[in-house]
Amino acid sequence: MTAKDSVRKYILENFLFTDDTNALRDDDSLLDKGIIDSTGVMELIAFIEAEFHIKVTESEMIPDNLDSVHHIARFVASKHLVKA
Amino acid sequence: MCGIAGIVAEGMGRHQLMPQVERMLWQLEHRGPDGLGVYCDPPVVLGHARLAIIDLAGGAQPIHNEDRTVWVSFNGEIFNYLELRASLERSGHRFYTQTDTEVLVHLYEEKGDRFVEELNGQFAISLWDARQQRLLLVRDRVGITPLFYQHTGKNFCFASEIKAILALNERAPVLNPQALDQIMTFWSPLSPETLFRGISEVKPGEMVEYRSGKINQRRYWDWTFPTPGKFRQASESSLIEELGDLLNDSIRLRLRADVPVGAYLSGGLDSSLLVSMIHRYGNADLKTFSLAFQEPTLDESSFQSVLVDKLGLQHHQVLCRNQDIAENFTRAIWQTELPILRTAPVPMLQLSELVRKQGYKVVLTGEGADEVFGGYDIFKEAKIRRFWSQQRNSSWRPLLFKRLYPYLELSQRQGRAYLESFFGVGLDEPNLPWFSHLPRWRTTALCKVFYSKEFASSLSNDPIAMLRDSLPDNIPQWHSFNQAQYVESKTLLASYLLSSQGDRMQMASGVECRFPYLDHRLIEFAAQLPPRLKMKVLREKYLLKELARGYLPAEIVNRHKQPYRAPDIAAFFNQGVASDYVNELLSPNTLKEYGYFDPAKVGRLLEKIRQGRVIGQKDNMAFVSVLSTQVWHQLFIKRLRLSLKTSSQLTLEDMSFT
Repeated sequence: MTAKDSVRKYILENFLFTDDTNALRDDDSLLDKGIIDSTGVMELIAFIEAEFHIKVTESEMIPDNLDSVHHIARFVASKHLVKA
Repeated sequence: MCGIAGIVAEGMGRHQLMPQVERMLWQLEHRGPDGLGVYCDPPVVLGHARLAIIDLAGGAQPIHNEDRTVWVSFNGEIFNYLELRASLERSGHRFYTQTDTEVLVHLYEEKGDRFVEELNGQFAISLWDARQQRLLLVRDRVGITPLFYQHTGKNFCFASEIKAILALNERAPVLNPQALDQIMTFWSPLSPETLFRGISEVKPGEMVEYRSGKINQRRYWDWTFPTPGKFRQASESSLIEELGDLLNDSIRLRLRADVPVGAYLSGGLDSSLLVSMIHRYGNADLKTFSLAFQEPTLDESSFQSVLVDKLGLQHHQVLCRNQDIAENFTRAIWQTELPILRTAPVPMLQLSELVRKQGYKVVLTGEGADEVFGGYDIFKEAKIRRFWSQQRNSSWRPLLFKRLYPYLELSQRQGRAYLESFFGVGLDEPNLPWFSHLPRWRTTALCKVFYSKEFASSLSNDPIAMLRDSLPDNIPQWHSFNQAQYVESKTLLASYLLSSQGDRMQMASGVECRFPYLDHRLIEFAAQLPPRLKMKVLREKYLLKELARGYLPAEIVNRHKQPYRAPDIAAFFNQGVASDYVNELLSPNTLKEYGYFDPAKVGRLLEKIRQGRVIGQKDNMAFVSVLSTQVWHQLFIKRLRLSLKTSSQLTLEDMSFT
């Protein structure tokens, strides 16, 4: 499973409570679409840290890194690049 | 308080009207455990379930005027009844009871419909004018007491609670889907809608006339605010003094009863101030009551103790454990007649039971102070958000939010950007009168992700558009702070706090709540205050707090606001396991049968809960709203006949010929 797939699956299951992949596009803004609220962000970050073995710093907790499936996948990739 | 019910039906005789009103009254026994009374004169029958508070011996209702042409059955209290009575007697009216009720019929004789303007009280009044063959229903200004009605063909009926109307209907009740969608936005249906199709409520500040088969509505009072520039200009100290006088007088009137009067003491500023004032002006009988919670972040016992010890109060507490909430949940929904978004109302059942057990029927409580004097964080948020909408790129403004919510541990860790985004909802529309409420409504509306496809497709109207249409024309001219107060008072206060969390929970044990902060003179006084005396920079409820400094220890006045909350999901799941009734109602089959929610989605929420992965408001509200809707459907739709009472131990007194 790619990073994108696993992130998508997590969001669908935990915030939309569905397995219908049509319910979420890769570039859908989680905030604008009302899928996530401020505490949901913490859940998402906990998942990303555990799933991808990275640490998300407070300054990285911004929409640019976390607000869509696409953004998250890109952010995770950049963290892995740095590590390598 | 009490319960009232009645019918106007052309073509029905006594032999039909009497048993019907009796059936209605059986459903209201909890509101009026001291006896039932009726007045019948076809086409009308008025019924009353009595909670005896004033004139215990002679005060049975319904009550009439001198020549029996005006009859009243009412629920509530007229606090200035002594003054009104004195004036009416001077004008020649003759009284036959010592009740506050009787002033209503004589005042109506004097002033017609305008009688309501003289009343200082909380009330749901049904009045029959035999000469004009008209029924008048009147509800108090802010919605402390409930009153519902139904008009079908040639029949009109009304009652304090919807269950009494349901007891009359032969056909099964039908859900009003728009109303459920409104609950999932505003926490309640938008008045006059109810969750039951065909049943409406009398709006706060409104009278409804039924005459010759037609309904006419008239508003006699509403929350209103000056246009900016027209606020009171007096000095702060003189306003504090005026506020103190008004509040003291409001309390004085609300201590009037022929039974002992107690008070709720939550530990917060508002109830502490009330108790302190009652104590200072002499009330030897005073007992105070409160809840205690197992969870330290929810419990306020230490603040209660500060005042209890200082004043030497007789204080009684009841502990609400998680399982108490789970056990009382169904009974609570039978009382609220609505789904709820949080479990907060449920512990109130235990609190009112405690009051009853101690032999008290009346308590004073601090609700309303936040709406009237600007105490809620929602007002503070709105101020920050508006300021911010003018300075989008400012970097330190959003940090103000972190200081807003010290009691919500999670918020401290939140990334600035996400707090920004949450509170940034609608920043591009700061001029909307409901700007203040958008974040709360948006979080609540996240519950709608659980709607079934069928239910979602049955909805056609946007709840916010419906709210917009109900706002007064001149609201855009008001100060934004006042706009927020109006929206809050008309939605959350009236339709949730005073009812689901207030009247319905207290009346379950026959306990009457009285609200000194909602005396209309205080409301009108506060409305005239410039907003900076309600929110000075970011200090909420400023003027009231300044008054409180003269009555309370600093640690209570300076305490950060802690909203009353009860455990939600935690109350139902013990190590991932819930009660049978919860599992049954949330099973895929039951969800499918009732039709509101998608079984697969709810199943995933339950999985998330069982795995201990739930944090935060959203999922808690989702769980409570889904469960309470399922409970509601079972009680009111599926098993209504089983839920309704079919008899009563109370004696029924026919007042028609006495």
